Amino acid sequence: MRAFKLVFHPEKCKGCELCRSVCPKQVIGMSKQVNAKGYHPACAEKEEACIGCQSCALMCPDGAIEIYQKEEGDQ
Amino acid sequence: MTTDKVLMKGNEAFAEAAIRGGARLYFGYPITPQSEVPEYMSRELPKHGGTFIQAESELGAINMAYGAGAAGGSVFISSSSPGIALMQEGMSFLCSAEVPLLALNVSRGGPGIGGIQPGQADYYQVTRGGGNGDYRIPVFAPSSIQEAVDLLYEGTELAQTWRNPIMVLADGMIGQMMEPVRLPDFKPVYAPHEIAAHRDWACTGFNDRGGDENRRVVKSLRMQPEKLEEHVEKLFVKYARAEKELVRYESENLKGAEVVFVAFGTTARICREACEILAADGIKAGLIRPISLWPFPNKAFDEIDYGTTKAVISAELSMGQMITDVQLALNGRLPVALAHRTGGMVPTSPEVAARAKAVLEGLK
Amino acid sequence: MKPIFEYTKGMTDMPTHYCPGCTHGIAHRVIMEVLDEMGQLGNTIGVAPIGCSVMAHQYMNVDMCEAAHGRAPAVASGIRRVHPDKIVFTYQGDGDLASIGTAEIVHAAVRGEKFTTFFINNGIYGMTGGQMAPTTLIGQKSTTCQDGRSKELNGMPVKMSEMLATIDGAVYVERVALDSPAHIRQAKKAVRRAFEIQQKGLGFTLIEFLSTCPTNWGLTPVKALDWVRDQVMPYYPLGVMKEPKEAEQA
Repeated sequence: MRAFKLVFHPEKCKGCELCRSVCPKQVIGMSKQVNAKGYHPACAEKEEACIGCQSCALMCPDGAIEIYQKEEGDQ
Repeated sequence: MTTDKVLMKGNEAFAEAAIRGGARLYFGYPITPQSEVPEYMSRELPKHGGTFIQAESELGAINMAYGAGAAGGSVFISSSSPGIALMQEGMSFLCSAEVPLLALNVSRGGPGIGGIQPGQADYYQVTRGGGNGDYRIPVFAPSSIQEAVDLLYEGTELAQTWRNPIMVLADGMIGQMMEPVRLPDFKPVYAPHEIAAHRDWACTGFNDRGGDENRRVVKSLRMQPEKLEEHVEKLFVKYARAEKELVRYESENLKGAEVVFVAFGTTARICREACEILAADGIKAGLIRPISLWPFPNKAFDEIDYGTTKAVISAELSMGQMITDVQLALNGRLPVALAHRTGGMVPTSPEVAARAKAVLEGLK
Repeated sequence: MKPIFEYTKGMTDMPTHYCPGCTHGIAHRVIMEVLDEMGQLGNTIGVAPIGCSVMAHQYMNVDMCEAAHGRAPAVASGIRRVHPDKIVFTYQGDGDLASIGTAEIVHAAVRGEKFTTFFINNGIYGMTGGQMAPTTLIGQKSTTCQDGRSKELNGMPVKMSEMLATIDGAVYVERVALDSPAHIRQAKKAVRRAFEIQQKGLGFTLIEFLSTCPTNWGLTPVKALDWVRDQVMPYYPLGVMKEPKEAEQA
């Protein structure tokens, strides 16, 4: 089974929630923390459910999401 | 190679001089009395590997010129008074973004669509600028076709050196008449791939310069007022230097003159004749002929013989625009009067001489 | 770990000034990703407009020239004539392209200028605070049509892509949307195709992006995407308006 690592850059995020709205597996939530811009940035709540479809990253207007496929030996 | 003297129409000689001076891109829109310029360019520029585009409007033309200039091309444009008015938005952008351009205004009577006969009522438009913001454009006003040819030949290099539009203001009379001219030799031009190395601010795509460390942006927007102020102050350091280095004028017979004419372009030729008429009547008259309208040749006014001169007459094809600069240059040292026709009417030399006599009479 | 989605180096590191959920950021990224993938970032000169994307030159990692309002197609025409072997594009909003700059865009298409225009249609003037655009829908409210756009007063919203597609010099015109991952993938294909057609020198190319303005529409970013699907697309249908014949493309 393929596993994925979602890297959110909270300082870039404006909390628009577009990523969350298109995620087919409800992986993404909004952080309770506030970033320097004053937004609640997106974060991975259920990373283990990610299927690597990249919908979130495609929708992100701010380049705040990067996605990696885990390989053997990765944490 | 420099030609022997040939008889040419002003507008065609202007176009040829711009090509010989290195201009290889021309964007224009037909307007009387300068339409021979785009016609000549459309025919001759491609022979020299250049590009001619008939734009959709003067707005289109000036913005093509801005783009081509920003990309490092050597651009020449021409128009006449109402067309130059449409280009003022672009002139303001070019000045702020420091994009070079050689521009020719073959001016006619106004306001509005006005008429198609020669006029000098563009003086404010070209020296004060019709565009928004703090900027300056050096303007040169030739009084013969040869002088226009020499200025336009030099213009491309001047524009590149100063990274600013340079304007030549030739009234419709000079554009439409014919005179013998000597055409200078062709200057070398850069191929597209050579531009990046020689014009270190131009948009060329960064591969031409080996990497993105020095990405180039040509712009006038500065959202922070401190940055905009800093930029404008920097422009005005350049303009202050231009006020020293680009001043050009001629003065004639100022020593012992009773009256001094100030006139540019066609009007200067008429005033020269008026001086002869006055001399025959025993009145010594001198002439200051500004060639650079901005920067205005204030120092020429220090050459006036203040022991003998009683009045200065600004002779113009307008209701009096340059007269403001004449008054500023004199700073109250002498009375200033106006000799003028407008709307495309051109005064005769006896008319101007009579006006000078009337002014002197009025001072008694 | 193997990266499967990284932010393109076609974008600079500077955070954008766009409002949360504004699709400008997606359009920027899609265009720059394509140039990056084509290996053409260093051979490209972009033209930024007036409007919200006036500072696009801070974000797009290519040589850029800023244009006056509506004049980007004239500026791009000038640039392309100096550098005929470079990729040139304009990035323009609906006020810029469909209102103040109609003469410039129409005549660039008429001349068959070999650059690509990216037309961001969100039906409103964002930068100046939400005034009516030529593309504002009938009934849609803005600060200059506060009871909604009226056909009697303002006429119908202009369909620029359909209009430009009638011009011979325009060889490829497609309308795409940025409301979903699937449409964004399609948008990226269209962008690539436009650049490839430009490189072949076939003529003028234009991609219209149906975009959003959550702030001035008064909607959340997610609801703004719904509005694009439910209200905008029925009037501005997606698809290819014009494309070169296969033989020409080869």
